[in-house]
Amino acid sequence: MSQPGAPALPDGLVVVVKRECETCRMVAPLLSEFATAVYSQDDPAFPEGIAVVHDHDLSVSWHHDIETVPTVIRVVDGVEVDRIIGWSREQWQRFTGIAVLGDDLPPFRPGCGSLSVDPDRVDALRAAFAGHTLKARRIELAELDDEMELMFERGFTDGLPVVPPTEERVLRMLQGTSRAADEIVAVVPPDLVEVTVEKVAINAVMAGCKPEYLPWVIAALEAVCSDAFNIHGVLATTMPVGPVIVCNGPGTRAIGMNSEGNALGQGNRANLTIGRAVQLVVRNIGGGRPGEVDRATHGNPGKISFCFAEREHDSPITSLSVSRGFSPAANTVTVFAGEGPRCIVDQKVRTAPELATVFAACLRTLHNPKLVLAFDAILVIGPEHARVLADDGWDRERLLTELHARLQLPGSELVWGAGGIADGVPTHLHDATLPKFRPDGILVVHAGGGAGLFSAMIGGWANGEMGSQPVTKEVVP
Amino acid sequence: MTRTLLDPSSERSVLHRERLARPAQLRGQVVGLLDISKPRGDIYLDRLEELLVEAGAQVRRYKKPTFTKPAPVDLRHEIATQCTLVIEALAD
Repeated sequence: MSQPGAPALPDGLVVVVKRECETCRMVAPLLSEFATAVYSQDDPAFPEGIAVVHDHDLSVSWHHDIETVPTVIRVVDGVEVDRIIGWSREQWQRFTGIAVLGDDLPPFRPGCGSLSVDPDRVDALRAAFAGHTLKARRIELAELDDEMELMFERGFTDGLPVVPPTEERVLRMLQGTSRAADEIVAVVPPDLVEVTVEKVAINAVMAGCKPEYLPWVIAALEAVCSDAFNIHGVLATTMPVGPVIVCNGPGTRAIGMNSEGNALGQGNRANLTIGRAVQLVVRNIGGGRPGEVDRATHGNPGKISFCFAEREHDSPITSLSVSRGFSPAANTVTVFAGEGPRCIVDQKVRTAPELATVFAACLRTLHNPKLVLAFDAILVIGPEHARVLADDGWDRERLLTELHARLQLPGSELVWGAGGIADGVPTHLHDATLPKFRPDGILVVHAGGGAGLFSAMIGGWANGEMGSQPVTKEVVP
Repeated sequence: MTRTLLDPSSERSVLHRERLARPAQLRGQVVGLLDISKPRGDIYLDRLEELLVEAGAQVRRYKKPTFTKPAPVDLRHEIATQCTLVIEALAD
């Protein structure tokens, strides 16, 4: 019940109060009957007539995790063994062993919030008492330094302003995870540097995350830094790809992620800052910066952040994470090396076979209509298109079977030079039939707003063991 | 009041590494040729090998499993222990 470095409490019964609390004022006359020490958070002269220790900097209250006043703590041999909070006559009588204690008082009164957990004070207290636990190098600002400009000058930003990572903000961010600040999350390419939870938290602050997003950022980094995902190659390639993060599970709604209208766009803090924090870690810890290891010819705007949630609550198809072997109750992130999304429009479609046909026709054009088997894709099905599938009784597996069947392509259309297009497959494959995608090369996700017979496709990078493979990780609180 | 921020970077100290001195001659050197597994890298390296052998060097050939990932640590160690010089071929 106490923090490291806590001031020692004397043996016996120790009480923490504040004058502004009505319950504390009510019990004040009783304290002289049993208390070995009384700590007052606000007024050193309260309660009157007894010796009081003024907890002027709230060090005692903060270190001993006082959340409510009054709190009575039983201390034996310098160690807390029990505590009670607020006023309950029966409880206080039992705790003190004084059978008639407060017999004239009402049986029950709730306590008040401790000043040490006052939202206006708690961040500063945490920084004052726990700031030294943070290991990161300190950057001292001169009086005239503009902290926002300094972050740009040091090369710490992605081109947009970042929230300055103060001790207060980073300690608050660390409240979002049960993991220790010095725990190693991953080894981040390309520089292959170990990143701690603390360093992730610093970059999450800069990205604009709330503490409850931090476990999602950590899970996404574990996935991105895996050998299977291969962020080194994703950075180094001249193709315009970056980590696309698809979030699944009930936690997506709990942290306020958007899976509906404009899910792939702007306007939602969780979507945007989780993806941004991951990219800031790749930049600042891994050293993956444009013009250095990042050799993209064009890049894409999603390399700032590309993160969204699957619309699960009314989806007629199995979710991405369940299709990848996770429980519907699990919170997961799936990372995919992807480019920007492209819209698939068909407002006349009313049957599932028609929909599969237009999906296939658009998916065939991915990167180059004549290149096959080299790239995966995410197909983001909008709710109105998904309804067409559901009306015909198609599930995810049926859709994928029908898509792959429509994407078996004649080699004669694909060989080098065919159709006046130089690229394609070697000439000896002229008489072969080749699939556009490998068997697990299409990932299906349900997301988007309720209006619009649209879907979206997100093209991938070189797939398989030599390229990047989608990776799913469970989010650990 | 001093304002303090936390460093978001890897805090890696930058070590300045001196290049090895240029060898006076190729004769007697063991030159590693590292193919990064991009198309046609081998054509370039084949020609380099001819020229190096003509100049009296001994040539050893190595190949990364894929150009998309850094060379495995064992391969780097092998090259470092077996060669006096190394040429890494880009390609396309």
